[in-house]
Amino acid sequence: MKRLSRYRRHRAAAPMLLIMALLAIGTTFSVASATPNKSALALARSAVIEEGKQLFLKGCSSCHGLNAEGGAVAPSLIGVGAASVDFQVGTGRMPMADMSTQAMRKKPVYTPEQVAALAAYVASLAPGPAIPGDEYLNYERDGSVAEGGELFRNNCAMCHNFAGQGGALTQGKYAPTVMGVEPVHIYEAMITGPQSMPVFSDKTITPEEKLSIIKWIKSAEAEPALGGASLGRVGPVTEGLLIWTLGIGMLIGVAVWLAMKAR
Amino acid sequence: MSNELESISDPGIPPHVHRKADEDPIAAKRAERQVAILFSLSALGTLLFIFSYIAIPDDLFVFLPIMGNTNAHQLFLGLGLAFSLFFIGMGAIHWAKTLMPDNEVTVERHEFRSSDEDRKEFVKTAKDGAAAAGLGRRSLIKRSLGLSLGLVGLSPLLLLRDLGPLPEDSLTKTSWKAGTRLVTDPGDRPIKPEDLEVGAVAQVLPELAPGKDHHTLSDIAKDAVLLIRLRPEEFNLDAERLSWTHEGIIAFSKICSHMGCAVALYEQQTKHLLCPCHQSTFDVTRAAKVLFGPAARPLPQLALALDSEGYLIAKQPFTEPVGPSFWERSS
Amino acid sequence: MTARERIAGNVANYVDERTGAAAWMKKNLNKVFPDHWSFLLGEIALYSFIILLLSGTFLTFWFDPSQREVVYEGSYQPLAGLEMSAAYASTLHISFEVRGGLLMRQIHHWAALFFMVAIVVHLMRVYFTGAFRKPREFNWIIGVGLLTLGIVEGFLGYSLPDDLLSGTGIRIAEAIIQAIPVVGTYLAFFAFGGAFPGEAFIPRIFIVHVLILPAIFLALITVHLMLVWYQKHTQYPGPGRTEKNVVGYPLLPVYMAKAGGFFFVVFGVTTFIAAVASINPIWLYGPYTPGQISAGSQPDWYMGWLDGLVRMSPPIETYLFGYTISWNILIPGLIIPGLMFTGLALYPFIESWITGDKREHHLLDRPRNAPNRTAIGAMALTFTLVALINGGNDIIAQQFHLSINQIMWFSRIGIIVLPPIAFVITKRICISLQRADRELVLHGKETGRLVRLPHGEFVEIHEELTPEKKWLLTSHEQNGPLELPEIDKAGVRRTDAIRNKLRSRMSAANAEVAPKVTSKDLNEIEHH
Repeated sequence: MKRLSRYRRHRAAAPMLLIMALLAIGTTFSVASATPNKSALALARSAVIEEGKQLFLKGCSSCHGLNAEGGAVAPSLIGVGAASVDFQVGTGRMPMADMSTQAMRKKPVYTPEQVAALAAYVASLAPGPAIPGDEYLNYERDGSVAEGGELFRNNCAMCHNFAGQGGALTQGKYAPTVMGVEPVHIYEAMITGPQSMPVFSDKTITPEEKLSIIKWIKSAEAEPALGGASLGRVGPVTEGLLIWTLGIGMLIGVAVWLAMKAR
Repeated sequence: MSNELESISDPGIPPHVHRKADEDPIAAKRAERQVAILFSLSALGTLLFIFSYIAIPDDLFVFLPIMGNTNAHQLFLGLGLAFSLFFIGMGAIHWAKTLMPDNEVTVERHEFRSSDEDRKEFVKTAKDGAAAAGLGRRSLIKRSLGLSLGLVGLSPLLLLRDLGPLPEDSLTKTSWKAGTRLVTDPGDRPIKPEDLEVGAVAQVLPELAPGKDHHTLSDIAKDAVLLIRLRPEEFNLDAERLSWTHEGIIAFSKICSHMGCAVALYEQQTKHLLCPCHQSTFDVTRAAKVLFGPAARPLPQLALALDSEGYLIAKQPFTEPVGPSFWERSS
Repeated sequence: MTARERIAGNVANYVDERTGAAAWMKKNLNKVFPDHWSFLLGEIALYSFIILLLSGTFLTFWFDPSQREVVYEGSYQPLAGLEMSAAYASTLHISFEVRGGLLMRQIHHWAALFFMVAIVVHLMRVYFTGAFRKPREFNWIIGVGLLTLGIVEGFLGYSLPDDLLSGTGIRIAEAIIQAIPVVGTYLAFFAFGGAFPGEAFIPRIFIVHVLILPAIFLALITVHLMLVWYQKHTQYPGPGRTEKNVVGYPLLPVYMAKAGGFFFVVFGVTTFIAAVASINPIWLYGPYTPGQISAGSQPDWYMGWLDGLVRMSPPIETYLFGYTISWNILIPGLIIPGLMFTGLALYPFIESWITGDKREHHLLDRPRNAPNRTAIGAMALTFTLVALINGGNDIIAQQFHLSINQIMWFSRIGIIVLPPIAFVITKRICISLQRADRELVLHGKETGRLVRLPHGEFVEIHEELTPEKKWLLTSHEQNGPLELPEIDKAGVRRTDAIRNKLRSRMSAANAEVAPKVTSKDLNEIEHH
């Protein structure tokens, strides 16, 4: 499925993919019906897809269209894959509250089950990047933190800052902080390229390397204050601010006391 | 200074007001105790410092509000030293303020100008010295001395020559040659067009020349390239530049044409590249034309092609120098 | 005579017989220092410098100023096994393996920020009170030199650890050198021992950072202090204080104890900040490589205004006969700073030329009583502040959800429009304050107590000022403008007519004040 994902943005491909998807679902059904167990599974899945469709019609279709074909204000979701839905809805970015600004991370509107249903429904429309399985996300066991750090500085730090605190882009857009983000969402962001973010293909940054990046982010997130208060980890600006306020303020305070005549 | 006459009169230095400690022995004793307490706090600070150095392991962390999980060794070492220094100072100042004599003293200023006799004498000495040396009369000596003094400064300057090699063509050349494969940075894996989805980016370097085992920083400083894949119809390029792309894949030097930072903030939706150092913004669809910021030139574009195995290669070297401008650059 | 006194006497005798120091000491220990908190700002700079020497020496014991490539094998796991320069690896070693090393690094860096803050605040004090006037112009120029060198020294220190941020800074410095017309490329190649980054730069700037510049600093600071000593300190105006005397505390023991104590306070506060607040966490930046960059890459604050100028510069380059002139780098990176520092250094001479005042001044001005000077200072500060804000435009945009493009346009326009506005507003405020002073002297202080007069009118009681206060508010000089002739006695236009006209105009602007209260005014009121 992932190998197909590179075609998902071809304009011409969308209808083709839709047909393929229908075919695929049809095939699954015919194969599934061969054995009773699998058929039960498939039925359950179709129930989930159906639930997702209902949720979609209620919460998403006003912008993204009744068949997720997109509209004037929102892109088509055909072929964006389950990973994209899980990232956008699972981090609360979708549904958007305010169209004028960049979609922000906030408390998700939908429960995890509902997110899964929405993802299943959108994935059923056309193939796209799937939600990575746990084997890709076990950063506590696998991956190299040092290699992840090097990859992060090469591929991520220019937008998300050296410590993953986020940064400004053009015209008021911004790269959000990556601190406190679920590993699965970090992974999904890299393979789907949400909002301004580009896609990081599995061939140029392998799944193992992506896991290392997550490992480094989690290590930076858990890193205690080694030298005292971190001052936001945004570099010399806050350091300068501190020295011009608290720093020189304390010294001038003592100086005033020093020069005051004792009573 | 006519207005000086009109000024109201100077009431003079106000009378000295005694401090409590000057008159009241109890207050003086109290001040003495306060100073002693401050000095003792300093001693306690030193003890805390020694204790922290020896007894607090450097992997012990304590949770503090605002600061979060903090390294206890570093924190208490610092606080100990800070207290030991700070309270010595406070003690000394408090001592000076409360117990040392606080009578203000008035001292007259002297004029800086030397007396006329001194000036005259100085001028005479200088003139006599010059006359004795005969510099004014012996113009041959004066001129040859001027020449030698002027030239002697050249030697140390010349000695600095070997600080570095001459630039020659090193600013105009990179490791990219016709046929050089693009490889991932880090990882050094060659890249096929189908490895990149639309909207994808990759940080790339030229493949290592045989016999080299890693990229030197001086190479990366000129060779670093950013690979971006768009839909081919999104390009707005002339025919030549379009021929430098491959199936929507376009490559630019990552070294900013302004001051050499790595330009790698790619906004997938707007197709803009942003330099985080000085915010120069480049339009990828129009061959990195400058849209905003101080950069005056587009980023150099690298012409792409495929080799026989289907990997992306450079069709030719960069056609212009990469990185910031310099005097000898022709455009 | 106690034993202690006898020993002290013997030592003094021994030294004096060989040096004749007693006479000199007697003369020089008899100094008097006026007490005011603002006179301690320069001391903060001096003490920060001493702290920098002490902590810097500590750091050199472990720092390896080399760009040789090593593989990191230290204890900080997120960098384990990475290739990096020996300079970066040894800075990590100082931070994580040397006990107290991180503390000393942070003390060193915070002290550097303090040093520059104190220099700037001290400069502002000297400027706004007119302490730079004759006979202190030399010391002003030395101070401007120290400020300039401090910026360079700080930048070199920021560059030494060879982390991603400092490497980015060096890259930009190299681009500035390279942009110098004709010789720039050669200078850059000589400085870096070849193409950027090479392996020569950090060893070279190390020796500049730890030896050459500190030596120059020591020499300049010594001269700076000796001149203060020799010329005696300025003092604020007040009753009994004149141009001919200095009122304050004697060096021994009060001033010595206070100044010595203040050194420890500065050291203590610097250490406190270094203990509780992280600075330059180089382990998070990672080792430098030219292909990497972090969002929000900034220099330290004292270079921030320069970076802000570079950021807001319009994209102009000239290509002439096959050569390139990068105005977008030269103007903000070299020309404007050059003009700013030259103007700063020459200011005492410019002001004395405008006012025609060649007398010695030891009494300080209250800033309001020199409206033009104060307004020029406010103008320069506004310029620098706008540039500094633009230097952090990305962080500001990110924290306050603004657009960097908007902040950039604000700065581009603001840096031209705001300084003149600041000049006008400041000058008006100063003159209003003078007027308020005048009111205060003439009519006394409002007490807030209302009294009902017999015929029913309410009036507020005004309390007359003390003679000391009256003196303070009226003792300053108000000299009229210079009147320079454009036409000589014979009725012929003078050769320096244009210069005289300009000078007269500037002098008139400089002399614009609200007239101060004179004894005549007070007499009139009394007779009223």
